[in-house]
Amino acid sequence: MAALSTASRVLAKKVLSAKALPAVSQSSRKLHFSVYGKNNSKVSDGISTQYPVVDHEFDAVVVGAGGAGLRAAFGLSEAGFNTACVTKLFPTRSHTVAAQGGINAALGNMEGDDWRWHFYDTVKGSDWLGDQDAIHYMTEQAPHAVVELENFGMPFSRTEDGKIYQRAFGGQSLKFGKGGQAHRCCCVADRTGHSLLHTLYGRSLRYDTSYFVEYFALDLLMEDGECKGVIALCMEDGSIHRFRSKNTVIATGGYGRTYFSCTSAHTSTGDGNAMVTRAGLPCQDLEFVQFHPTGIYGAGCLITEGCRGEGGILINSEGERFMERYAPNAKDLASRDVVSRSITIEIREGRGCGPEKDHAYLQLHHLPPQQLATRLPGISETAMIFAGVDVTKEPIPVLPTVHYNMGGIPTNYRGQVITHTPEEGDKVVPGLFACGEAACASVHGANRLGANSLLDLVVFGRACAHTIADICTPGEKLSPLKTNAGEESVANLDKLRFADGNMRTSEIRVNMQKTMQNHAAVFRTGKVLKEGCDKMDAVYQTLDDIKTFDRGIVWNTDLVETLELQNLMLNAVQTINSAEQRQESRGAHSREDFKDRMDELDYAKPLAGQVRKPFEEHWRKHTLSTVDPKTGKVTLKYRPVIDNSLDAEDCAAIPPAIRSY
Amino acid sequence: LSPRSHASMEQCSAIANAMVASAFFTAAALAPEPRIKHFQIYHWDPDTTGDKPRICGPIVLDALINIKNEMDPTLTFRHSCICGTCAMNINGGNTLASLNKLDINTSKPIKSYPLPHMYVKDLVPAMNNFYAQYKSIEPFLNKRDESQEGKEQYHQTIRLAILKGLLEHPIYIFCACCSTSCPSYWWNGDQYLGPAVLMQAYCWLIESRDEFTEDRPSKDPFSLPKKKCHTLVFKTSHNDSPHVKSI
Repeated sequence: MAALSTASRVLAKKVLSAKALPAVSQSSRKLHFSVYGKNNSKVSDGISTQYPVVDHEFDAVVVGAGGAGLRAAFGLSEAGFNTACVTKLFPTRSHTVAAQGGINAALGNMEGDDWRWHFYDTVKGSDWLGDQDAIHYMTEQAPHAVVELENFGMPFSRTEDGKIYQRAFGGQSLKFGKGGQAHRCCCVADRTGHSLLHTLYGRSLRYDTSYFVEYFALDLLMEDGECKGVIALCMEDGSIHRFRSKNTVIATGGYGRTYFSCTSAHTSTGDGNAMVTRAGLPCQDLEFVQFHPTGIYGAGCLITEGCRGEGGILINSEGERFMERYAPNAKDLASRDVVSRSITIEIREGRGCGPEKDHAYLQLHHLPPQQLATRLPGISETAMIFAGVDVTKEPIPVLPTVHYNMGGIPTNYRGQVITHTPEEGDKVVPGLFACGEAACASVHGANRLGANSLLDLVVFGRACAHTIADICTPGEKLSPLKTNAGEESVANLDKLRFADGNMRTSEIRVNMQKTMQNHAAVFRTGKVLKEGCDKMDAVYQTLDDIKTFDRGIVWNTDLVETLELQNLMLNAVQTINSAEQRQESRGAHSREDFKDRMDELDYAKPLAGQVRKPFEEHWRKHTLSTVDPKTGKVTLKYRPVIDNSLDAEDCAAIPPAIRSY
Repeated sequence: LSPRSHASMEQCSAIANAMVASAFFTAAALAPEPRIKHFQIYHWDPDTTGDKPRICGPIVLDALINIKNEMDPTLTFRHSCICGTCAMNINGGNTLASLNKLDINTSKPIKSYPLPHMYVKDLVPAMNNFYAQYKSIEPFLNKRDESQEGKEQYHQTIRLAILKGLLEHPIYIFCACCSTSCPSYWWNGDQYLGPAVLMQAYCWLIESRDEFTEDRPSKDPFSLPKKKCHTLVFKTSHNDSPHVKSI
């Protein structure tokens, strides 16, 4: 207890006597543990006397409480596991809440549909970089996942006869691309993500998951190549917590904030990817960053693809519906990377809109106002607030904006995190799982189709819970953990808290963001990427010269933003280095100096007589990147794509072909 | 706001202004140690900040972020995406910093305070009580027979227009702006559920797919959690009153 008093003296602030607080404030100052958690924690000074550590034991820990995290957490609680959910945000603040368009599933409410057509669309959308076993799993589970959400109470939009309304969405077709546009995106007006997250949160309250809200996860606790839990900082009072567990699920989302302009939340900082990197494990395919075609010009806020699904069209300065030229069949509902590139080309060729001719217009005023009010109320409001536009009268100014990260922590189709060696192939990392945007299963490959991400969250969140239930039983004894496990994380925290260099966090962050925006955008060239890699390396080194101002430990957002910056930097260096090395154009990664896809065979020509290129000489492979956190040096390896589905008879795999819409 | 209620609002803000409860936690004992902090009044003045107005976006949240980045990194507030977390009191009204346009009239300062009666630090309110109250109304679907869950869509038969009005537009985001502008909630927040949670309770009462309507804790119209509503109907600056009217 002496250690605690020392800590009290070190951490407490000067106190003046205060009037009695109103009852509300007093009761709201309860401990996290007694409100949500179980009483199984103990304090130790195994790491440091300055920072006493509270140790918890659980059967499973989920990091992140967005769509994937919540689904995994209550799936585990439902299966009887004593589960903790550690999240830096209150669950309904996770970025899932901002998703607008919808969730794909072959329910067949609007026309006849088959999940194998959805499978085909997703494989093609991924530009044949997606792992077909994971895609098979996701698209086959989709109808069940959506019906389950509806049964949880999600208030989907309905058709006249009360069935779930499904709208058209990018890249979705019938009959393996030959039957025209499919309508399989189930939606709740244009606020599907919000509704999904609130439904999942409400449902999660039925179970006894222990939520640790506003706890910032610092690092994984790895021992002998096995993940034994997570160490986190409680933002409310600055205490350090170690969550020991046999199963850790990472569901921390993407890292849009590495770019200057993005549709992502301020809190999308790739914390999970960074934790995995610091643990010495690889991340996969980070060079594939999706630019959503329609972010509001200037503000960067998202305007859903659902607008185009409801009939909206993209216009250049000549009033032409230019997507007819780039994608004669799908037109405005072509895959996102195709549309983003088209808009960028139009602007480059001088047909951009506005006084600087630097954006395009999304026109909706030709649609009936009643349809806009019912199906697209959210973006009507967003367009008014952030662009000052009345969508029933004027078009919205839009520009491709960073939106999603196809890459992330590599997993198999069951949600288990894997590493890879050429000799042994894929190997599971015991005790570690990942799902959602943070993971790379890989269902999205080189490009994600709209409305597949919300599906990815619930399917793989549930898959992680199922896999854990298959391989473990609740109440299993935990293997021992060193008493000073997590020491490095606390040392880093302390170093940042008292950092006294010359550059503010915000300065270094903006340098990183501008470098990424200027050097790794929609169209990339080798020379510009190489420059970007060098600049990024220089920015990385400035982290040693960082200066923070808030020396306190209670709600120190200066410290938390600095920790987030460290995480962002690890993501950024891997992204730009992977992009520089990949010498082809595939999906969202578009190289002006290497305009074609480089597969093992040339699929544009007849295959008979062609010789298969060896693994080292083609690019239809996953990138695996690791970083030495001390120097910022990135090492790249490669891993083959999984080309077979889970059951060849039930669902034939799709061989690569030329991708056009 | 009527003059009287405006005065009481100011008064509450003043009291709140004077004290911040900051409980320093140890596992051994919970000993709240209040600490006094004076809130700053944030001015947005283009004359003294040079070309910052061009960099700073048009909303209050942009200004706060700018201040944190360039002037005072210790400024603490919650912000993420369109999620309702940046709720605070701006110039006397509860609203979202991310949706509140900056008034570019440079002669008037912008005053930002945290939501009344719920402090942690700077502009960060303590939301635990609010979340616990939401949990108490059981915001999930209950069916008598859940063995068939996941197999078939349930049909929704309630008047869709009403449900749409409450669930889809405007959309509910847990910002607590309305509850924390309700004087009854200020004074009896530990017993009274407040407008936000009551509105959600109503949504679940009218949800046709739920089969345990009669057993819902919020069904009793005379229970204390609802009784404290005196229909004061204070408006917040970003929400329409359909929410409050529906109660």
